Amino acid sequence: MSQTQQEPVKQLQAAVEPTSQPTGPTKAPSRKQRSKKPAHHDGIAVRAVSWKLRLRRDKQMLLMMIPGVIFLALFFYIPILGNVIAFQDYQPFLGITGSDWVGVQNFFDLYFNPDFWVALRNTIVLAVWQLLLFFPVPLGLALIVDSLISTRIRRWFQSLVYLPHFLSWVLVIALFQQVLGGAGLVNNSLRDLGLDTIPFMTNPDTFPLLATIQLVWKDAGWAMIIFLASLAAIDGSLYEAAAADGAGRWRRMWHITLPGLRSIIVLLLILRIGDILSVGFEQFLLQHDAVGPGAAEVLDTFTYFAGVVGGGWSMGAAAGLAKGVVGALLIFAANKFAHKMGEPGIFQKKVG
Amino acid sequence: MTTTIHERRTAKRQAKGLTFNPSRPVWKEPASPLYNAIKAVIIGGITLSIVLPILLVVSTSIADDDQLIAAGGFVLWPTHPTFAAYQAIFSGEFMFRALGVSAFITAVGTFLALFVTITMAYATSRPVMFGRPVLLLVLFTLLFAPGLIPMFLMVKQLGLLNSVWSLILPGTFAAFNFVVMRSFFMNIPVELIEAARIDGASDFMILRKIVLPLSKAVIAVVGLFYAVSFWNAFFNAMLYINDQTLYPVQLVLRNYVVQGGSMAEAIGVTSAPPPQSMQMAIVVIALLPILLVYPFLQKHFNKGVITGAIKG
Repeated sequence: MSQTQQEPVKQLQAAVEPTSQPTGPTKAPSRKQRSKKPAHHDGIAVRAVSWKLRLRRDKQMLLMMIPGVIFLALFFYIPILGNVIAFQDYQPFLGITGSDWVGVQNFFDLYFNPDFWVALRNTIVLAVWQLLLFFPVPLGLALIVDSLISTRIRRWFQSLVYLPHFLSWVLVIALFQQVLGGAGLVNNSLRDLGLDTIPFMTNPDTFPLLATIQLVWKDAGWAMIIFLASLAAIDGSLYEAAAADGAGRWRRMWHITLPGLRSIIVLLLILRIGDILSVGFEQFLLQHDAVGPGAAEVLDTFTYFAGVVGGGWSMGAAAGLAKGVVGALLIFAANKFAHKMGEPGIFQKKVG
Repeated sequence: MTTTIHERRTAKRQAKGLTFNPSRPVWKEPASPLYNAIKAVIIGGITLSIVLPILLVVSTSIADDDQLIAAGGFVLWPTHPTFAAYQAIFSGEFMFRALGVSAFITAVGTFLALFVTITMAYATSRPVMFGRPVLLLVLFTLLFAPGLIPMFLMVKQLGLLNSVWSLILPGTFAAFNFVVMRSFFMNIPVELIEAARIDGASDFMILRKIVLPLSKAVIAVVGLFYAVSFWNAFFNAMLYINDQTLYPVQLVLRNYVVQGGSMAEAIGVTSAPPPQSMQMAIVVIALLPILLVYPFLQKHFNKGVITGAIKG
């Protein structure tokens, strides 16, 4: 009761007084603090409110950060420190504190481990396939969808091609097996016709192509969404003017559409290059047995099999750490390169 | 001459006997039959490649034995639909448990994830103490990943191995969803929040009474993203769970369909329907929730909730 009576009075005070108060750097101090003395420094009102005041003012906001910060600590920053076992001879029963330090021995072991090089080679081969086959597909799809006049067909088609993105990799591989597998639809039909079956799903030689097709099937539609957004952002009057000047559809695409998409293409290319060592984990783990490690072993599955399955914890962690560090460096390098090309890139000096 | 392109084109079209489509921009040339044919083939092909496998799986799962044998294992349209395969799968406790585990992970996980993401995104969307360093802490997770083995050791250290919480807790925050959420919150007019503050609302109250009601769309999208990712996760379970009774649906799918393990044995059925239809039935069980939720999910795509955030 008393609170409600006080409300208008305090509001009034707040309305009358604020000129005498220094405002915080960005957020005005809340009602409670208005009666406090402003922070002064050499007679000049300092922009920053003292940290005690800010702590009191932002108490609830800070409380809100706690769950997220706990999560980040437990499942990101402490595990990152756990990477020190890459420099140890980690024994599970001794723990991190009890295991011996071996310096960079694990990285030497990796260097002399042929399986690691197979995994690295497969990763790069798959990445190149993905770059060549997967990267252009969403762009082409977006151009086709953008050229559809009928909004009904357009909406239906969009809804349909986004769908596979939300299916799990297990499901995608299962669907591929049912259609292309040894006992799948296609091979069953071939057998009925008296023809030889084709081992789509188990042939290591064609595996990179298969894996890329799976990726295209699953994610090309979803990747299109971002191109569509940039296409929609291109000023329509540019097209109209070009058409009035006699530019045909191909010229308009070359001189208006593609330049309009330049930034986003560069951005996605950088992201892809920075991510080149992560070609996908579940997809390859799931097909590891069917195709064999010769073709389906990538860096991530190597980490899993060497570390968790084989018990070579430290070597697995070394492979994972090397991959993570190289990946982060690649992103920085690619971003720098984008700046050189005059594109904004992923992040500038100022984040957020 | 004062004739515009529009008039010239319309005249040309009328001369050719073509009808005019009002939603076609006036400056666009009439579509040539060849382009249209190519486009139709591409779109038709893609549509088929997505619809066909799903139809195949659903139909085969409910086809009866006779038709399956006659068709050689696959059916595109069941003539006598039967749910024998589903009955067989659900005759033991095994699949019920798997569904229960998946449902629990998805429900609890989504709730927790939304809680963590919303609070974090709101707190860093306003200029508050520690806002920027915490934001940087989050954004750094986009650049680097701790790696599989340290994560495993951490989960082990926390004593979560062989517990459903190992499938929930590590997934309760995703930086991408955080970015989507935060950029939505940043677009809420500051005046609304300041007005509420002047009226004496605390930050909790502002979040609950002002920000959340305005953010239903983004919460729906992010919530569904989380739900889908919890439902779809299988590797976590493979890594952290040994106990068969705690297997989620995706791991069952992997073990008995992708790896081709004998399901009848695991479930404890003696007179099983053809393994083909049982496998398909499991695929359908994993697929169905996604298909059901998907219309709600995609309703929000075109509102720019996601693309707006990506660009920002």
